[in-house]
Amino acid sequence: MSDSIIKIEDLHKSYITGKNSLHVLKGINIDIKHGEMVSIMGSSGSGKSTLLNILGILDNYDEGAYFLNDIHIGKMSEKKAAQFRNKYIGFIFQSFNLISFKTALENVALPLYYQNISRKKRNAIALEYLDRMGLKEWSDHLPSELSGGQKQRVAIARALISKPKIILADEPTGALDTQTSYEVMDILHEVNRTGITVIIVTHETDIAQLTQRIIRLKDGIIESNDYVTNETVESTTILQ
Amino acid sequence: MFDRDRWQEIISAIKKNKLRSALTAFGVFWGIFMLVVMIGSGNGLKNGVYEGVKDFATNSAFVWTQNTTVPYKGFKRGRDWNFTNRDMKLIRDQVAGIDLIAPRLSGWKLNNGENVVRGKKAASFSVNGDYPSYRKIDPCDMIYGRYINQEDIIRKRKVCIIGERVYDVMFEKDEDPVGKYLRVNGVYFKVIGVFRSKNPKINIGSDKKESIYLPFTTMQHTFNYGDRVHYFAMTVKPGYNVEKVLDKVVTVLKKHHTIAPDDEEAVGNFNLEKEVKTIQYVFLGIDILIWIVGIGTLIAGAVGVSNIMLVIVKERTKEIGIQRAIGASPWKIISQIIAESVFLTSIAGFVGLALGTMVLKLVSTAIEQNAGQSEEEMFFINPEIGVQIAVSAFLILIITGIIAGLIPARKAIKIKPIEALRHE
Repeated sequence: MSDSIIKIEDLHKSYITGKNSLHVLKGINIDIKHGEMVSIMGSSGSGKSTLLNILGILDNYDEGAYFLNDIHIGKMSEKKAAQFRNKYIGFIFQSFNLISFKTALENVALPLYYQNISRKKRNAIALEYLDRMGLKEWSDHLPSELSGGQKQRVAIARALISKPKIILADEPTGALDTQTSYEVMDILHEVNRTGITVIIVTHETDIAQLTQRIIRLKDGIIESNDYVTNETVESTTILQ
Repeated sequence: MFDRDRWQEIISAIKKNKLRSALTAFGVFWGIFMLVVMIGSGNGLKNGVYEGVKDFATNSAFVWTQNTTVPYKGFKRGRDWNFTNRDMKLIRDQVAGIDLIAPRLSGWKLNNGENVVRGKKAASFSVNGDYPSYRKIDPCDMIYGRYINQEDIIRKRKVCIIGERVYDVMFEKDEDPVGKYLRVNGVYFKVIGVFRSKNPKINIGSDKKESIYLPFTTMQHTFNYGDRVHYFAMTVKPGYNVEKVLDKVVTVLKKHHTIAPDDEEAVGNFNLEKEVKTIQYVFLGIDILIWIVGIGTLIAGAVGVSNIMLVIVKERTKEIGIQRAIGASPWKIISQIIAESVFLTSIAGFVGLALGTMVLKLVSTAIEQNAGQSEEEMFFINPEIGVQIAVSAFLILIITGIIAGLIPARKAIKIKPIEALRHE
């Protein structure tokens, strides 16, 4: 077993809309190790969302290869994909994507519901995770009664509850103010320290600077793939 | 499959748009309501028609004489003729498949003025001569005493059995008539029984309630009918077709009485089997129509449910996307949507079933109250639906619900999580 959690080799992806074919990813190579915290940057249209979808097994690719935890992820049935997502990947979204009629607790417990874990057990686990996010007393509240930061923390708890190997965060701070953004990033750092690989898609440089490595995409290819220097880390620490 | 989370989703989906859910459910409700009411009404009509005829032997026919219409072998047309005792024997000997023959005499020619007298009471009733076998064709209960038996026939006893009305008029209330005498057309007959027909709606010649039956032989002898038979009833043995046997009977009779074989009118007959079959076909037709209309209405309701489920799926694209992203399998989504659809249809259907049954019950009660007041014949009795039909209607509902949910569910799993999450 290699030390790579994600390994992507010469990945191509095109979208076909009518007669036009849009070549979005033009040969991407990425290798992310266990326990890394990486950010993917790029302007809109650079293909970063597509890449994230492929990483999250939410979309398939045309050419190349994708290994998740050394398992080749090719074309697979939706059922299988759902199992993989449930087992390996926790998602965090820009718009939180909590289910509106479920309480914070039930939202967090949802992935365990899909693993057919009993209600009592999954609610107990969910409460534990909410507690870790400092939201224990908010467990009975509906998403509409929570602030943006609270919602995102609930979403993080939900992403963590299935004990994933990777957290995929799509613009996790996009809908939050600066202060809350840093709080969320702190939480993600903490998550990363427990050994979970964190991949953040963002277009905010200061957020990206808080990760160990920045992969920049441009027009479907990797423009740069640099480790964040200590210097910048320091500067962000100051900023923090 | 039905845990709390599932119910929560179903309830929240319905609550989200109460009016829409209610209107959708109404379609299914109306479908099943109509089906129940129509089937119930159909059964009511059927019960109304069959009530009072259902015990009559359906493999039977009646045969009587009419004036000839075709000149034949020197006889001119319009000749009057009669059956005789010999004809009965001839038929029994020559026609296969005959089970019972019950020759009858009809005393309508005796019926002038108040022909029945008992003490100071006098009234007009019709008089028939009968064999014991007639009871097997037109069954009756004996309120008092017994039916005419073979001994009465052989000994030509001067006994009679009387209909309910005759008893009411000629006797005191609760008086035991057995052993009492009635003067019928000047001759005294001992009453041996009071009968109540099980088929009050089938009356031949006269109302059975207002009839007096004498032993056939007694009547022939006492009132100078010689060996005449006015008409006769017959049944066929199992496996024989009434129509075919009847044809042979008619042929035998025509030959014996020198009637033209092509004279269609001379031998009058009534084939009960054929009539019953016709009625059965009419009801079959009504039943088919009811089911077509009922199922059609139900399908319209189901299409409504399906349609609204499509809208719900569309509305919840994002939610379904989230669920898929955090690991819900396609089956989980499909079963969720089908569960919602089945839930909606079953609730609506159950209400329809309950309300429909209630309406039938109300109608039934109203009819019974009416029937208690008037003596008139009811053509609509006891509208009801059987448990079997109720159960199958419910099964149809659930299947409808599943089918109605299937199309939206298929659409739901086609939603790619990414598209759902892009859906802003």
